[in-house]
Amino acid sequence: MSQQVGVIKRINGSLVVAEGLKGAKTGDAVYIGELRLIGEVIRISGNLVALQCYEDTSGLSPGEPVIGSGAPLLAELGPGLIGEIFDGLERSEVEFWKLTGPFMRRGVKITPLRRDKKWYFEPGAKPGDEVGEGDVIGVVQESSIVEHRILVPAGLRGVIESIEEGSFTVDDTVAVLATPDGRSVPLKLVQYWPVRVPRPYRERIPIDRPLITGQRVIDTFFSVAKGGTAAIPGGFGSGKTITLQQIAKWSDADIVVYIGCGERGNEMADILTNFPELEDPRTGKKLIERAIFIANVSNLPVAAREASVYMGVTIAEYFRDQGYDVAVIIDSTSRWAEALRDVSGRLEEIPAEEGYPAYLGERIAELYERAGRVVALGKDKRIGSVTIMGAVSPPGGDFSEPVTSTTMRFAGALWALDTDLAYRRHFPAINWLRSFTRYVDALEGFWIKLDSQWKMYREKALAVLEEASRLEEIARVIGERALPNDQRLILLTAEIIKEGFLVQNAHHKVDTYCPPEKQVKLLKIMMGFHDFASELVRLGVPVERIRSLRSVAELLRLKEKERLEEIDSAYERVRKDLEKLKAEYQVAR
Amino acid sequence: MSFSREKAGPVYRTVREVRGPLLVVEGVRGVSYNELVEVKLADGTEIIGTVLDVYEDRAVVQVFGQTEGLSLDVAVRFTGDVMRIPLSDDLIGRVFNGSFRPLDGLPEPIGYERREIFVSVINPAAREPPSEFIQTGISVIDGMNSLVRGQKLPIFSEAGLPHNVMAAQIARQSTVLGSEEEFAVVLCAMGIKHEEYEYFRREFERTGALDRAVMILNLADDPIIERIIAPRIALTIAEYLAFDLDMHVLAILTDMTGYCEALRSISIAREEVPARKGYPGYMYSDLASIYERAGKIKGEKGSITMMPILTMPGGDITHPIPDLTGYITEGQLILSRELYGRGIYPPVNPLPSLSRLMKDGVGPGRTREDHMEVSNQLYMAYAEGVKARDLARIVGELSLSDRERRYLRFAEEFERSFINQGVYENRPIEKTLEIAWDLLSMLPEDDLVRISEENIRKYHPKYRSA
Ligand SMILES: Nc1ncnc2c1ncn2[C@@H]1O[C@H](COP(=O)(O)OP(=O)(O)O)[C@@H](O)[C@H]1O
Ligand SMILES: [Mg+2]
Repeated sequence: MSQQVGVIKRINGSLVVAEGLKGAKTGDAVYIGELRLIGEVIRISGNLVALQCYEDTSGLSPGEPVIGSGAPLLAELGPGLIGEIFDGLERSEVEFWKLTGPFMRRGVKITPLRRDKKWYFEPGAKPGDEVGEGDVIGVVQESSIVEHRILVPAGLRGVIESIEEGSFTVDDTVAVLATPDGRSVPLKLVQYWPVRVPRPYRERIPIDRPLITGQRVIDTFFSVAKGGTAAIPGGFGSGKTITLQQIAKWSDADIVVYIGCGERGNEMADILTNFPELEDPRTGKKLIERAIFIANVSNLPVAAREASVYMGVTIAEYFRDQGYDVAVIIDSTSRWAEALRDVSGRLEEIPAEEGYPAYLGERIAELYERAGRVVALGKDKRIGSVTIMGAVSPPGGDFSEPVTSTTMRFAGALWALDTDLAYRRHFPAINWLRSFTRYVDALEGFWIKLDSQWKMYREKALAVLEEASRLEEIARVIGERALPNDQRLILLTAEIIKEGFLVQNAHHKVDTYCPPEKQVKLLKIMMGFHDFASELVRLGVPVERIRSLRSVAELLRLKEKERLEEIDSAYERVRKDLEKLKAEYQVAR
Repeated sequence: MSFSREKAGPVYRTVREVRGPLLVVEGVRGVSYNELVEVKLADGTEIIGTVLDVYEDRAVVQVFGQTEGLSLDVAVRFTGDVMRIPLSDDLIGRVFNGSFRPLDGLPEPIGYERREIFVSVINPAAREPPSEFIQTGISVIDGMNSLVRGQKLPIFSEAGLPHNVMAAQIARQSTVLGSEEEFAVVLCAMGIKHEEYEYFRREFERTGALDRAVMILNLADDPIIERIIAPRIALTIAEYLAFDLDMHVLAILTDMTGYCEALRSISIAREEVPARKGYPGYMYSDLASIYERAGKIKGEKGSITMMPILTMPGGDITHPIPDLTGYITEGQLILSRELYGRGIYPPVNPLPSLSRLMKDGVGPGRTREDHMEVSNQLYMAYAEGVKARDLARIVGELSLSDRERRYLRFAEEFERSFINQGVYENRPIEKTLEIAWDLLSMLPEDDLVRISEENIRKYHPKYRSA
């Protein structure tokens, strides 16, 4: 790596212009000023180079030096990522705290992975083995959940000269590779990858399984696939963060990368405090042992938000390449887009809508393109996936603004939040009319294994909800009382679906997570109720009589039951009551 | 002036351009970004500013004081340091203007330490999640939008609504259950009227809070641009009180709309491309750098609880000022002209209001096990009642179903006896929950689906009296 040197000419917020830096390329990491603040080359014109500084630039003066690293901004990858909390530049915030106290300082250099910690490396290859990029040479058991697979870095191949079992730091050589061009390359537990470049894989493969989140409205109605993408737009307080946190907690991903991008410090503190106590409902293991956090909160420098998103996605791809299903959560992509806008404005680029640069759409598309299900490089053809789920924070709750409308075009699933639902504390406030998923057909296979009628229930429930909202519009003008009986039943069933199925309190002991089997069962019962009740209405039973049955009111609470048998027996009671009503009216006829 | 330690640094008389609060100075050397600048006007007045942009030997300086009197022949001194203020416990009980000049006739403050006012970022890993319930004695807050120590909870208001009365009531009545400590109040006024300030002052004086208060005042007739630094001075002091002197601070920032207007006027002077309604694209981050200074730190005793007040231009909650605020703060209390018109005080409309940290502050061992559920049920029932009221306006009350009529009655009773209370009425949380249960018992028990069956059996008046 050659070092380039330049001199600061101008400082305007996060934008620094330097002269010199011969040979610098856009995307190169640079160290700015006496404090060696971290930055990146964003534009070159003649001998002037525009830099984006990732730390606060107060106190920088023209004339101070700039040093180019000659290399792009890199993610450091290896054992030690799990359970960590990083800033957008992959500096451990816990280490930061130890070094500088509770308030952040600038110019602090912290290596991402701990240098002193030893990891037990178990070789998976032996001397004489021929290996290529992406092959697993051994593993480190990083946490009780994650087996960290050490891969031959991209671009390398050769024959293993030596390899050793034992305890190593990330910088120790664990194996030596003899390459075809006659070099001996030491392999370590650590490797590097430029954050803005997608990591290579063998091939993309079709997505065919859902990311189970345990959130009914998502899994049943607007499911996201492993390797797919989802966006969750909504005004403030509509439930973006809680929904994403629920997914971080309960989804059946192997690894979760949670990127807090330009949002609240206390939300990250809350996650950091609560996560270590949570257990995976499937394995009983601590959820923190599969999670990585990037906390680039709103009062940290704006420019670093931009880098933090790519940092997180790169870490995710690294675990994908080890053969894992990785969920990436970004809260919020709007803050990342605002960072793009900020830099673009300082560069005096011609703005498109609302000050955003013309390439906004391209960047959003590229970001979501990094999701996918792939066969990784390497002989054993590991399959892994990256699922990207991003919050969108539309100004004024207006979905037509540039970031929201562009994101909606690229997202595979859309969870559209609705402030009116949030106002009445219907959470998750996901609007069932405006949301969508493009994955239903691909994922049907999973659900049909649980119940062959699943697709029918789902479509019927959606149809009832849709019809109900049309009827509500009418009722808003003429009053519910004026509606005929069959239509009032639609309203009753819709109410049962909403309260008994869609509403799911994140803080409820039992209902915070709903396994797929239970989701299917609840839906089946509600649709069964609807069919039966329709029959009664045709016989002339007034909806009021059905509504006032104690057992029907109980349908709203079935979700709180832990055991599926309890749900069955509750439904038995409904059926019996309805049978009785039916008998009564049949006789009357 | 007390912002910088030294009186050194070269003086330049090379201002080439004056544009609103901006000066372009040429031929400068060794100037750094964000550096504190002192500007001496022709009549001898001194004002301060900072460097916004520096390009070789050319610096753009933004001044914070009055902009009248700015001309090409002012003298500009670069101090070589960022803006700092001196801190000591002598600040308690004092009153300053937005440029940190004493307004109380006492001498300029001296401190043990001078601290930078602009950049202060709590490491997220070092934050302690706020969780101590503050009883404000106001039912609609305590019962449905509980405040916790270290939270930032703004009031979104409109001109003419009693936000100041409410803020003063909160400052007066707030206590943390099971703790005797009283809040120290830091009041930062930005563009409010003299009489509004006088109101706060009288209220604090009456209750003795004045001895524990620090006030930074930029009133309606003070220089607008000064509002950029006023909240930063106030919060630097608040941080000192909280994290050096272990105090619990309540920071009231009023009116944030005045602050944002100052931000906009600078942006316009700089000819920046605006994002929405003329406000700059960085307003979110700028506001975050203020609001995020609230909080608690692991291992520290003190805390900063923040209550920003803002008036929504045109009563529009989608306006960038309330909108961006809501995206940063931990909830919002929204005042409603309609409720106020019906004589309800405090006119807080609970539906769009929210306390995001409530769940951590309430519940068993903190307030009561049924608290969160009761709150959720009140929300649901009140929303239902408001819907029925809207319908009644169209079809007439007579066309409502029994159920709709019941909810309508609930909503009216809820506004009258739960939301409504006296300015000097301090309701303990038990009382608030008791009123809530009395109201909920107007509804069929089967409708109380947001409350667990156990809690219904335990707290519903029907089972309690039996
Ligand atoms: N699934 C949920 N269960 C219970 N409460 C929720 C749920 N989703 C949202 N909320 C409530 O809504 C509030 C705002 O949610 P949040 O996710 O922080 O909104 P946003 O990120 O969209 O601003 C939360 O503080 C909580 O009170
Ligand atoms: Mg959020």
